[in-house]
Amino acid sequence: MSKTVRLRKGLDINLLGEADKVKADVKPPAMVALKPADFHGLVPKVVLKTGDKVKRGEVVFYDKYNQDIKFVSPISGTFEEIVRGAKRKILEVRIKSDGSDDVVSVDPIDPSSLSADEVKKVMLDNGLWPFLKQRPLDIIANPAVKPKAIFISAFDSAPLAPDYDFILHGQDQDFQHGLNAISKLTDGKVHLTLNGKVPADKAFQNAKNVEINKISGKHPAGNVGTQIHHIDPVGKGDMVFTINPQDVVIIGKFFAEGKFDPTRIVALTGSEAKNRKYYRTIIGTQLTDIVKDNLESDNVRVISGNALTGTKVDTDGFLGFYDSHITVLPEGDEYKFFLTKGWLGPGFDKYSSHRLFPTWIMKNKKYRLDTNMNGEERGFVVTGEMEKVLPFDILPMQLIKAIMVKDIDAMEQLGIYEIAPEDFALCEYVCTSKIEIQEKIREGLDVMNEEVM
Amino acid sequence: MKALKKVIHNLDPKFEKGGKWEKMYPLYETLSTFLFTPKHVTKKGAHIRDGVDLKRTMFMVIIALVPCLLFGIYNTGHWHYELQSYLNPEQYAGYSDYLTGFGDKVVYGLIQVLPLVIVSYAAGLGAEFIFGFIRGHGLHEGFLVSGLLIPLTMPADVPLWMVAVATVFAVVIGKEVFGGTGMNILNVALTARAFLFFAYPTAMSGDKVWKSGTKEVMAENGGLMPDGSSGATALGDLATFVGDSPSVAGEALSASASNGALLDKFQAAYDPIHAFIGMIPGSVGETSTLAVLIGAAILLFTGVASWRIILSFFAGGFVFGLLMNGISANAYMDMPAFYHLIIGGFAFGAVFMATDPVTASQTQYGKLWYGFLGGGLAVLIRVLNPAYPEGVMLAILFMNVMAPLIDHYVVQANIKRRQKRFKTA
Repeated sequence: MSKTVRLRKGLDINLLGEADKVKADVKPPAMVALKPADFHGLVPKVVLKTGDKVKRGEVVFYDKYNQDIKFVSPISGTFEEIVRGAKRKILEVRIKSDGSDDVVSVDPIDPSSLSADEVKKVMLDNGLWPFLKQRPLDIIANPAVKPKAIFISAFDSAPLAPDYDFILHGQDQDFQHGLNAISKLTDGKVHLTLNGKVPADKAFQNAKNVEINKISGKHPAGNVGTQIHHIDPVGKGDMVFTINPQDVVIIGKFFAEGKFDPTRIVALTGSEAKNRKYYRTIIGTQLTDIVKDNLESDNVRVISGNALTGTKVDTDGFLGFYDSHITVLPEGDEYKFFLTKGWLGPGFDKYSSHRLFPTWIMKNKKYRLDTNMNGEERGFVVTGEMEKVLPFDILPMQLIKAIMVKDIDAMEQLGIYEIAPEDFALCEYVCTSKIEIQEKIREGLDVMNEEVM
Repeated sequence: MKALKKVIHNLDPKFEKGGKWEKMYPLYETLSTFLFTPKHVTKKGAHIRDGVDLKRTMFMVIIALVPCLLFGIYNTGHWHYELQSYLNPEQYAGYSDYLTGFGDKVVYGLIQVLPLVIVSYAAGLGAEFIFGFIRGHGLHEGFLVSGLLIPLTMPADVPLWMVAVATVFAVVIGKEVFGGTGMNILNVALTARAFLFFAYPTAMSGDKVWKSGTKEVMAENGGLMPDGSSGATALGDLATFVGDSPSVAGEALSASASNGALLDKFQAAYDPIHAFIGMIPGSVGETSTLAVLIGAAILLFTGVASWRIILSFFAGGFVFGLLMNGISANAYMDMPAFYHLIIGGFAFGAVFMATDPVTASQTQYGKLWYGFLGGGLAVLIRVLNPAYPEGVMLAILFMNVMAPLIDHYVVQANIKRRQKRFKTA
């Protein structure tokens, strides 16, 4: 039974710099990297040595603690280097393109003829499994578990988010193929949740083998976590998988063609980016070609992902594994005099969910926000602000406090299984006391992972 | 501004770890972050942040308190001259009227009230900074509001050293020992007031403190209040009337008739319009319900204060007032319910004290219960124990202590509701 959900809570942050609805090609990247940090908690075991040749679709590393989960190269080339950080943690695994397109290829498979285990095996062996995430914990899905449902959000509601309808337009077949494959993984339903505010692309509307739901409201309506909460919540002992539509297409293409096709259509957005378009590139691409000549100034922050949850990258950094969005914002590393642009200024340049700023009378204005904290960290003082932007039946402040004191029972009761850090991104945004809430949530999930799961 | 920015931030290295003035860092941090929002940028998580911070939030409360402060200054002067007029009718007769002698009253009020404000801030900020130095952080903004609330809840004549002692007590014992701003259990300003109320009751209650200069007047009048004058607050006066009741009642009247007579006398002395506007003696800033409501409008409009608490606090007071009317056992109980809302600092407590987000309930439903019970309790204390006309103060402090309990039940309800989803599914 499909559901229609209307949310009253949430917050749309109107940022300047949407991408034009134009798809553009960029030349194939000279270098790509897989970043283990994109997969929370992963300890990679790299199977290649420097200088080794690698084909597109060939395994680069696997999960040390679950060796079935493999990660494959998005290009053919030579294995360049492992970039390590503090404590020799692997930050990037770089592969240099050799210009050719050697690809590991298998015979096309019709997923409808396969059993769940066979689909699982194909996905694991060919680097498709990491696209699936699990809730609880928001990490790569555990292949040993049969989820009670799989959730796909057909839109992204984050600030300046790419338009999935536009990206998936014309990929109906591959998308459907992918859906057919992943629907084998569960005995329950595959929930595809559309934006209730605008008509979705045909690729979504005509999708079969899925339960189509609609949700409307402000951000985080497009977060898959919000949709799970309102459609089929995750309790203790439950598990659901989640996946992005673009990744379903990649899976679909693999089953249809027998090749790993890491194509990503990535939206370049943000007030400090020029030539804001949708660029056709690949997973893990070096951003130089897309970003370098398209910056308004030097002092900018390039984010792989959206402004609320993305990862900071250098201009010659690499696109995140799950990201189809680049945001470029001005850095806010300047002092602001308190009466003009600082804490007591009129605040026409600041977007606020609080009526202490004139934002609320200028609803349609788009803002050029920088990365300044706009204040210093304090203890919790203001109450009720997070509740306004969290469309969950969850008490955010109480949950965060339970996490801070590592009270496992309380975390469990207050709903830690249902959430991911991204669901609390808006709470972090509105927090008057400037507390790093997403990080706290992740700490809480880590505690649960260690102690309970 | 650029020159100032340069001057200040050229000093940065000297205050950093290992710098020459490293130990003064908290003071420097406080001043420099007051002038310039620091250049901290987000590192992880949300890359953009809301413009709001605690400084702006707290500053809005201070703005909302300004009407109360201004009216308090004028009111202090007014009652000073009103009392004088009993002594020197030829000199001050006109001053007993609210509209004459505006300048004199304001000047006198300033002379009385400003030192209170200055002492409160000096003592409180001093204590805060000592803790800041120990903990190595600058001033957290909470006290900026407490520092103004404290003088507004004091009688104008309270000795300055008492204000200092009470403020330091409230900051140290009421807040810093718990960990500072955001960690306290009791409202800081009310802790200061409660401390004085119980430690120095003669300076904080009775009928000799509410009009500034009462002591001098009594000294001139041979140690007595001048004939026909009264020095009590409205609630105090009602207590006096009740105490005097045989003389009012004259003959043996039935209890209710006697109560009625008392109330008539009370209402004649404190007509509701005057009480609403604030033309009654009392603590510096709490008398004017009108000024408080202007502040409330600012706080609600900007969303700083919780409408749930303010609304339910007034509702609680009114409902319990009606309930008491129904019981009608003494003159207090017969007082029309709306009176409770406009006298004795009820509105001030509801808008500025009960809404303190740190000490109030933190859940949305909890706030409704917290406010309702707080308002009700305030009326209950007033009516059942006339020795404590400060019902609002005690009620809010009591509810501060109870707030976590209320939240506990709200949280449990949430947990149960959430678990139910899985059972029915």
